[in-house]
Amino acid sequence: MQVVVCVKQIPDPSGTYTLDPETHFLVRPDEQVLDDTDRYGVEMGLQIAQAHGGSVTLVSMGPKGSMQGIRQALAMGADRAVVVDDADLKGSDALTTAQVLAAAIQRTGFDLVITGTESTDGYSGVVPQMLAELLDVPALTYATEVEARDGKVTINRQTSAGYDVVEASLPAVVSVTAGVVEPRYPTFKGIMDAKKKEVEELTASDLGVDTSLRQRVTAVEPAPEREAGVKIEDDGEAHLKVVELLQQKKVI
Amino acid sequence: MTADISLTPPDPKDFLDTDSLFDEEERLLRDTVRDFVRKEILPNIADWWEQGVFPVELAKTMGDMGLLGMHLEGYGCAGTSGTAYGLACLELEAGDSGIRSFVSVQGSLAMFPIWKFGSEEQKQEWLPRMAAGEVIGCFGLTEPDSGSDPASMRTHARRDGSDWIINGSKMWITNGNLAQVAIIWARTDEGINGFIVPTDTPGFEAHEIKHKASLRASVTSELSLDDVRVPDAYRLPGVSSMRGPLSCLNEARYGIAWGVVGAARACFEAALDYSLERQQFGKPIGSFQLTQRKLVEMMIAVNRGMLVAHHLGRRKDAGTLTPHQISFGKMDNTRNALEVARTARGILGGNGITLEYPVFRHMANLETVYTYEGTNEIHTLIMGQALTGIEAFS
Ligand SMILES: Cc1cc2nc3c(=O)[nH]c(=O)nc-3n(C[C@H](O)[C@H](O)[C@H](O)COP(=O)(O)OP(=O)(O)OC[C@H]3O[C@@H](n4cnc5c(N)ncnc54)[C@H](O)[C@@H]3O)c2cc1C
Ligand SMILES: Cc1cc2nc3c(=O)[nH]c(=O)nc-3n(C[C@H](O)[C@H](O)[C@H](O)COP(=O)(O)OP(=O)(O)OC[C@H]3O[C@@H](n4cnc5c(N)ncnc54)[C@H](O)[C@@H]3O)c2cc1C
Repeated sequence: MQVVVCVKQIPDPSGTYTLDPETHFLVRPDEQVLDDTDRYGVEMGLQIAQAHGGSVTLVSMGPKGSMQGIRQALAMGADRAVVVDDADLKGSDALTTAQVLAAAIQRTGFDLVITGTESTDGYSGVVPQMLAELLDVPALTYATEVEARDGKVTINRQTSAGYDVVEASLPAVVSVTAGVVEPRYPTFKGIMDAKKKEVEELTASDLGVDTSLRQRVTAVEPAPEREAGVKIEDDGEAHLKVVELLQQKKVI
Repeated sequence: MTADISLTPPDPKDFLDTDSLFDEEERLLRDTVRDFVRKEILPNIADWWEQGVFPVELAKTMGDMGLLGMHLEGYGCAGTSGTAYGLACLELEAGDSGIRSFVSVQGSLAMFPIWKFGSEEQKQEWLPRMAAGEVIGCFGLTEPDSGSDPASMRTHARRDGSDWIINGSKMWITNGNLAQVAIIWARTDEGINGFIVPTDTPGFEAHEIKHKASLRASVTSELSLDDVRVPDAYRLPGVSSMRGPLSCLNEARYGIAWGVVGAARACFEAALDYSLERQQFGKPIGSFQLTQRKLVEMMIAVNRGMLVAHHLGRRKDAGTLTPHQISFGKMDNTRNALEVARTARGILGGNGITLEYPVFRHMANLETVYTYEGTNEIHTLIMGQALTGIEAFS
């Protein structure tokens, strides 16, 4: 089974972020880390490949920097990586990202593509669905459990009420939630082997993807401070006021 | 011609940019251990410490990562550099000295003697399971009446046909009650020998030492060996003198020289953060000159400790490190870490005596580190002897 896992390198979330005042893009340091939410995808991919035989290829788009984040995922046990870095892709929206990733995945070949549900920094949460459309395969999203065998993939799809069991034939795209499996730590042997693993570097033109930007960030505002809550003293009628407030907020 | 001076302001938490001393692989490994400590150790360590328990369930995770016997080659061990081993000790001890002690004992004191002095069969039998964290080891050298002077040990082993009968007791043994296997050093007709003793051998007992006020997230035990019978195949064939236990101690002490820098770093960072948040007399306590002085002294101690540890690490990997230089690192870095911890404790005021902050725990732990693996005084005498050529131990 040829498993592709989409992983993103992001600035260390425990550090401070700075935005470029002109473009409003995040200033990305040379040393980035593997997005924590992508560890789940890598772990899932490794477990599936280990159970059924096969390989795990990482596909990533973004400024490659020192590739520390990619090495982290390779050190967990992935076999190889394809990294697309191109200055022309700076400011790419989710659709361009999905086009680039789809082209890279197509080129690699795949039975199963695994992504996170949303990244920690961009978190638009739409890349997986776009990817499936562009690859012309089913999208199985928000998986809390994944099983792939005999040419089929079955997931538990998280819903507000519980979960749906969704099945599709392979090839397919699956987006996994945090907690789908417990990600392993990179092993020390893996860390030492990671630098020997193949990392293919590509540009947008290698993939024949149109890089013209369709989206511009016009302004960035800090999130508003949380307002103080409303305190209701219970004089026996408080439940009515609570219900009224909830109705006003259109919660009920 | 010298280059220009850079005007980039230093990172308060890495003043000398010691990060740049390590290559990408070393940093990745360090970050992996740091991540492990952040996720698995820090959220629970205050409770473990208070309850006096070691999280033995983490042994398997540590084994999977490759932390156990990491700097040994083959037999399921990761085979990293000595520098990488040092960095791992540092990050573990930034969590807690007890957690680092577990790894030191397993790798440097229990696995190392088998790896270095064991037969091929012994290595095959024990090392892979110990590296995986399935079998836990301990190291029995110290005795109730034999601490700084281990050559005075009374535990002895005598031949009985093709077996050995071991009698004696061992004191202050880390992992004693957790271990499935003990490396027991005993006096024999041949000198000092090491024995691999499964802890379920009849006559072997471990009693946990209670009421410790230091290294509480670590199990410390007294071992008693009463006519413990083991076959000759359990004796380490490669050494019959004090060189055996001492070479294990060199490995562990080397790791401690790194480890304590982690404990000091954690204390310094806690104090720095606190000094900027805590307000008295209408301003952060970090704005008082007396506090700034303390912060600077702590920062210098942490950075200097790191430079020493790094230097020892590169020498270890080059094969040029001497035991005297290890004494330098163990002795100086430990006393400085203790000083940093005490200073940080003061800066935190009343909060400094609680387990809500890591400082008191580190401070109490470092009292053990000051004493075990060669006390401050013993390392001083080792260096004194190297300077003068005169031995002042007795
Ligand atoms: C030069 C350059 C600069 C960039 N700068 C930024 C930036 O400042 N901020 C930013 O957020 N992005 C940046 N990107 C990356 C790209 O624009 C975003 O990844 C993209 O907009 C996806 O949006 P998202 O993160 O919201 O995806 P989501 O839909 O939230 O992500 C869901 C899942 O899709 C997969 N995925 C998403 N993006 C990628 C990717 N790039 N590579 C591999 N897998 C992926 C992951 O598995 C992820 O868990 C840059 C890219 C380049 C080439
Ligand atoms: C928590 C903990 C865990 C331990 N784990 C292990 C373990 O796993 N395995 C193991 O074998 N041991 C272990 N030890 C034992 C440790 O190594 C000894 O405690 C240490 O070597 C000191 O021995 P002692 O306690 O008998 O003190 P002593 O040797 O009695 O020393 C008491 C004091 O006298 C000083 N002193 C002694 N001789 C001289 C001298 N010649 N000149 C000047 N001063 C001197 C010492 O420096 C010290 O200050 C552990 C100890 C502790 C506290």
